[in-house]
Amino acid sequence: MEGAAMSTQGSEGKSAINAEPFGHIEVLISRLLRAGVVISLSMVAAGLLLMFIHHPGYLHSVMDLQRLTSPGAAFPHTLREVVSGLLAMRGQAVVVLGLLLLIATPIMRVAVSIVGFVLQRDRAFIVITSVVLALLLVSFLLGKVV
Amino acid sequence: MGLLAYMSPLEFILTLFCISVVAGFIGSLIGLGGGIVIVPVLTLLYGIDIRYAIGASIVSVIATSSGAAAAYVRERLTNLRAAMLLELGTTSSAISGAFLAGVLHSRRLFLIFGVVMGCSALAMLKRLENRAAPAAPDAWADRLHLHGSYFDEVQGREVSYRLCHTRLGVVLMYGAGMISGLLGIGSGALKVPAMDLAMRIPIKVSTATSNFMIGVTAAASAGVYFSRGDIDPVIAAPVAIGVVFGATAGSKVLPRADNRLIRMVFVIVLLIIAAQMIWKGLR
Repeated sequence: MEGAAMSTQGSEGKSAINAEPFGHIEVLISRLLRAGVVISLSMVAAGLLLMFIHHPGYLHSVMDLQRLTSPGAAFPHTLREVVSGLLAMRGQAVVVLGLLLLIATPIMRVAVSIVGFVLQRDRAFIVITSVVLALLLVSFLLGKVV
Repeated sequence: MGLLAYMSPLEFILTLFCISVVAGFIGSLIGLGGGIVIVPVLTLLYGIDIRYAIGASIVSVIATSSGAAAAYVRERLTNLRAAMLLELGTTSSAISGAFLAGVLHSRRLFLIFGVVMGCSALAMLKRLENRAAPAAPDAWADRLHLHGSYFDEVQGREVSYRLCHTRLGVVLMYGAGMISGLLGIGSGALKVPAMDLAMRIPIKVSTATSNFMIGVTAAASAGVYFSRGDIDPVIAAPVAIGVVFGATAGSKVLPRADNRLIRMVFVIVLLIIAAQMIWKGLR
């Protein structure tokens, strides 16, 4: 009896959802993350397919796997190499572009959050989130130098 | 040697995809990001160089985070404001950690990774008995409006909670981010106990918030790993795709999951892998 009374009380509690002003940003961030994941993974999958079309030997050759995954393997790891690989329609370059987009998704999420906080006029969090974004961009630039 | 010597690229990609689904599922449930499974699998099972394994695991962390967070944020399990404040600590330290990894020797990385995993397991085991105590008043949490609430499906009601020790939390996140950059793990194993034990955030919110943050932490160091040539597309591609499938499934399970059982199983798995990594590092 008491348990039943508790559970009806519980279902009423659910109506209190979205009481806080942050509600819209949650939907925005959630959609951005989903879109970033879907687009980037589609590119990764397409790139893999392209790789197998260009190199049918990859379907059964054991030697190829060792060459592709051992230290010193040749794959694009600068933006210039990615671009030239894309122009040559190389599967690995398409995969790397998809992976870079996946890596960029959390960074875009931070940028979108700043916009959200500006709309809310939340000064403290505009500063906090901007510093996080700046640190992220610095890390990318530092990576290029080294 | 590992399985690498007996497989074609196709077999490698298919098997790694399946393992990554499991890694993403577990990672999204416990807030660890899947890297904690991916690195030992790649190095111990396949015999892949630790640097490529860490590069792939950085990608897997971002994939788990974005895949699961899309659901957790919408269901308001994630504490967005706390996450963004704590990201100050994790992003700044991840940069320094990634540079250290290029300097340190591979064998030492195994050893450090093993010890970190062992400590994470013990911290998680401790949490089984640790019941939530009322939060101490914290002016920073009040000023920044970090307190929150979420709907708990197991309890069937809206649960309100208050945060404390905000500044200690940011410092702990700096340490967690440093280890994340060093080892290419999401460091959720360090973030979740910090949020749970120090800041008194409910377990499910800690897990979901950790899941949200690890993507940004990993992205901060991913640029360094990419330009150093540690992200091999043939290895990272099946990991990224598999992990997202697993994480999406995991995000549907967490709101209804029995935390104690999952945690116990994972602690055991973690301890076994930690012992293997330490053994490989000492040999």
